[in-house]
Amino acid sequence: MLLSLPALHLQTSEYHPLFQLPHRRLGPWCSPTGSPAPLSCETGCGEGSWILVCRLLVPTQVSLLSMEEDIDTRKINNSFLRDHSYATEADIISTVEFNHTGELLATGDKGGRVVIFQREQESKNQVHRRGEYNVYSTFQSHEPEFDYLKSLEIEEKINKIRWLPQQNAAYFLLSTNDKTVKLWKVSERDKRPEGYNLKDEEGRLRDPATITTLRVPVLRPMDLMVEATPRRVFANAHTYHINSISVNSDYETYMSADDLRINLWNFEITNQSFNIVDIKPANMEELTEVITAAEFHPHHCNTFVYSSSKGTIRLCDMRASALCDRHTKFFEEPEDPSNRSFFSEIISSISDVKFSHSGRYIMTRDYLTVKVWDLNMENRPIETYQVHDYLRSKLCSLYENDCIFDKFECVWNGSDSVIMTGSYNNFFRMFDRNTKRDVTLEASRENSKPRAILKPRKVCVGGKRRKDEISVDSLDFSKKILHTAWHPSENIIAVAATNNLYIFQDKVN
Amino acid sequence: MFARGLKRKCADGDEDMEGALASLQRQSLLDMSLVKLQLCHMLVEPNLCRSVLIANTVRQIQEEMTQDGTWRVMAPQTAGQAPRDRLVSTEILCRAAWEQDGELPAPGSADGDAPDLVSHLCGAPSAPAPRSTQGCVWDVDGPGEDRGSLQKSLDQIFETLESKTPSSVEGLFGDMDSPYYDLDAVLTGMVGSKSARRPLPSSLFRGQGGFLQAGRPPGPA
Repeated sequence: MLLSLPALHLQTSEYHPLFQLPHRRLGPWCSPTGSPAPLSCETGCGEGSWILVCRLLVPTQVSLLSMEEDIDTRKINNSFLRDHSYATEADIISTVEFNHTGELLATGDKGGRVVIFQREQESKNQVHRRGEYNVYSTFQSHEPEFDYLKSLEIEEKINKIRWLPQQNAAYFLLSTNDKTVKLWKVSERDKRPEGYNLKDEEGRLRDPATITTLRVPVLRPMDLMVEATPRRVFANAHTYHINSISVNSDYETYMSADDLRINLWNFEITNQSFNIVDIKPANMEELTEVITAAEFHPHHCNTFVYSSSKGTIRLCDMRASALCDRHTKFFEEPEDPSNRSFFSEIISSISDVKFSHSGRYIMTRDYLTVKVWDLNMENRPIETYQVHDYLRSKLCSLYENDCIFDKFECVWNGSDSVIMTGSYNNFFRMFDRNTKRDVTLEASRENSKPRAILKPRKVCVGGKRRKDEISVDSLDFSKKILHTAWHPSENIIAVAATNNLYIFQDKVN
Repeated sequence: MFARGLKRKCADGDEDMEGALASLQRQSLLDMSLVKLQLCHMLVEPNLCRSVLIANTVRQIQEEMTQDGTWRVMAPQTAGQAPRDRLVSTEILCRAAWEQDGELPAPGSADGDAPDLVSHLCGAPSAPAPRSTQGCVWDVDGPGEDRGSLQKSLDQIFETLESKTPSSVEGLFGDMDSPYYDLDAVLTGMVGSKSARRPLPSSLFRGQGGFLQAGRPPGPA
């Protein structure tokens, strides 16, 4: 039984009114307006100033298409772009992920859909279009299910997407909801075989007796189609909700983590997985801690980390034992007694953990901070960045309205020198690890014109509010940026704000 | 607002203001947490992370209250146990998951969920008897009267917590604009119940009525 109670369903109810979008590229947004006046960027984010490149909406109607059909998304998305006024809960973006080259960007939403955007090809006469992404493929990855044995609804919401390194012309990605991981192949087709005589026009096999000659089919060019086909379904291994999936650097295995267990899979084997972490107590009454995120080391295929709701990170070595119930390293910061409150544990719960590209550092996000840990130092993080410390005095209210349980994610830039994470009021934050400077930016239609430099935002903390500042009390807590992604090598970022995907790019770039 | 209301309500007390304020905050936090837990529990598969964090918060408050003696009522059935055992049980939150566990072992996992399965089939997995009654209160397939009384009692809770407006739930979990301390009703309830009895978490979670017995005195020993 699911009761819709306000306390449990924090509704991001407000959608901006928006004109009907005529074209997949949101006409007015990306029209060349000449180079914008170089605004002075007072604060100077560590990575220069950022401009809005494009704002993308997830195309609707995907679910109406069956998987077997050849889906030409290039045609679909021209006519089916979603109008804000029709945006529903299902349209809310729940994950964003660049592939390893940055050419593709995948989003998953609460409606179980995956939308893949492809970067605009560079051309000499359209320099301003650098960094623009267009819809490449859309498909329904997961459907809502009902488990009759347990009388349990299984949501179709895509919790995570992870790309596999590209090994041939096709792209592969993993998508997961609460229970089931799927491996999808996304491939292009621009030729089709013609001239079969073993089958008739409808594809039915002809009576072999009527066939007197064998004709070799020929490949004829046709309009480019992008097909998404499910290649593997990894089901029935998770009792709790899957919060993370991570592809191993051996490219043959991946892991999936739920609240209490982590399983290791081979991509080729769907009916078997190995349980590598299990923190479920024999007596569930003793349960005080859950797994919140997990990730493989980017280079060492035997090493992975997982974070917990108690604010700790465990690094495990799969060579040590089959069941990694004993960690190799244990990262924990001693509690600051001056900040102790009833909410200490809740706000220290880690919502995301990410290895740096180099593999030397781990970044963790808790409710109020982002921390960077050196793998060689377990007793405290080497860097701690305050994301929105002004909320510390509001924790009671945030507990009351459940915002305190929001799971913000965090990302590294390509060179591990800048980190980014989200906040409320459609704000997101960047921290330059070298200069120690930080900036707050806003992903919203009202405040950002295409190609204009994003104005840094400031939240007023006590005292008198300056003109361009926003007071803590007027922050909109229903507009939260939980999911962001950073291009693997360039300064292009993708920021998901409810059902909008904003792509920003470094001006200097 | 809070300060004014507090002054008025605590005028007869001999505690100093700060202490009273802190204990009021603690009490309202506890009440809020218990309602959250209760609502969690009504879901077939609650968000485990959230449930655990709330339960830990309740434990923490309870431990503190037990230490300074504000946690007055002791459950008869647990009287003989160590204080730690009386702390609120997480088990109730995870009931759904716990139930499934036996039925869905991870493929290839060596640890096996067999013990769970066995105990599940026996009806009372490795726990004292009171737990077995807990299932039917919340069970989807439970008797109709239970559901009805549950709904009624929940309504009562909300009425207690927010006596002014009918939209009590919104009042309790509403938007950010209404500050926490605007929950005047919570405070009223707290002050009112200062002399009265408090439900004990273990009975809250184990007994048939659970939290819903809050208004009644604890059962006889």
